[in-house]
Amino acid sequence: MLIRKPDPIPGSEITPETVYHNRRQFMAASAAGLASLALPSIAMGGLQEDDEITPENIVTQYNNFYEFGTDKSDPAAFAHEMRTDPWSVKVSGEANKTGIFAFEDIIKGFDVEERVYRFRCVEAWSMVVPWMGIPLKDVLAQFEPTGNAKFVEFETLYRPSEMRGQRGFFSSIDWPYLEGLRMDEANHPLTLMVTGLYGKELPNQNGAPWRLMVPWKYGFKSIKSIVSIRFTEREPVNTWKQLQASEYGFYANVNPAVSHPRWSQASERRLPSSLFNVNRRPTLPFNGYAGEVAHLYAGMDLRKYY
Amino acid sequence: MLRRFAKPVLAAAMMAPWVWLIYAIYLESQQTGSGLGADPVEGLLHYLGNWGMISLLLAFSITPLSRQFRSPWLIRSRRITGLFAFTLVAAHAAIFTVFYVQLQWRAMLQEVIERPYITLGMSSLLVLSLLAATSTRGWQRRLGSTWRRLHRWVYLAVPLAILHLLWLRKDGYWDVVVYTLWALAMGVERVLAWRKQAAIQ
Repeated sequence: MLIRKPDPIPGSEITPETVYHNRRQFMAASAAGLASLALPSIAMGGLQEDDEITPENIVTQYNNFYEFGTDKSDPAAFAHEMRTDPWSVKVSGEANKTGIFAFEDIIKGFDVEERVYRFRCVEAWSMVVPWMGIPLKDVLAQFEPTGNAKFVEFETLYRPSEMRGQRGFFSSIDWPYLEGLRMDEANHPLTLMVTGLYGKELPNQNGAPWRLMVPWKYGFKSIKSIVSIRFTEREPVNTWKQLQASEYGFYANVNPAVSHPRWSQASERRLPSSLFNVNRRPTLPFNGYAGEVAHLYAGMDLRKYY
Repeated sequence: MLRRFAKPVLAAAMMAPWVWLIYAIYLESQQTGSGLGADPVEGLLHYLGNWGMISLLLAFSITPLSRQFRSPWLIRSRRITGLFAFTLVAAHAAIFTVFYVQLQWRAMLQEVIERPYITLGMSSLLVLSLLAATSTRGWQRRLGSTWRRLHRWVYLAVPLAILHLLWLRKDGYWDVVVYTLWALAMGVERVLAWRKQAAIQ
């Protein structure tokens, strides 16, 4: 006899815990005229049954943002030194509308959505984060990329006077930080340009005023504090690949089958993790978003293009 | 005066990293992340690794320092300092074995083979274990002149430990630079001392 299990309630019908807990802030925000923040939430991609949202203090105090230091507590301690207002973004390359734009003008007119995504770092820890943002494809479309635009390259702010990690004497990173996506990855509906989290403005240590979020790739692809968008015909070089090509590739899709020279990628520590309950769980292909994105890589050898 | 208090003071100083760790674990038991950071398992591993490295370098410095300061009580503290360093290094490896490879010996073997920094770290631990096991007066007597030669393997264990750190680090090398200069200084002192001795003979 075939017993059909009822489909689980889709994520889109569940009010995320954060929205529930932050409803006062949402109301306050709406009252203050920031109505765009108070939109209904869409948990695109869906969460697994046992995915629990990581507490806000971990999301904002445990960061890799080497521009402020290599310790994970450095960004929370020093990112306030970065000025994010005014913020301008240079758009260049294979597009009809290029030039220097004010950040507010670029995001003006778009609705901000909440997306709860799993976030997997290449260092084998992970979180579940309620991001706020705009689909990247909508952001990019306004610049009218041409047919020659096969890739898009992003660049982080380079300002050593406000980013102490960039002044570091013992760093081998060639600043500014660079990342890139294939155009079809950039235009995928899951790919988000993040402007906030937990219903609030994006904190500096998380990449204010805006950062990328590509949930099926390792965290280092999701570049922070972006000041340049460049459409290119050729695959851009990303910072970590430039530093150690044998360890970090351009694609960096979450893949438990491809072991990294430093960390086994077969499993991950889901934060909050404690000494008494490590919360270790198996890592999923494409970080659990294979259903949505695996087709982008059909026919590609993912061991070669890691 | 100094002679009377030196040993208890040294012993207390060496207990400090363990006392702090017990306090941190107590905090963790009350609230996750309050003692060892947002990723406590990683925090614990790095805490033991850092203090293991510092104590190993301290132990490595005892012979040159006692020679320079002509301090007999320092050289008498060499064994206890070395053993103390070993406990931290061994605990560091134990945390990796329990929390990271989860006591799966095949996974452990794979890690040691596949990841050069783990190969280096484990080699260093292996040497230090041998030195710790033969550190007693009994072994010193039994091995005779071989004991000195055996314990010179610390000249291998220290660089292996530093390379282990250098290899696993992604960026930000200031502590590796400090440790390397420290180890080099202690190495140079030894070379100079040997040369002087050779010249006398």
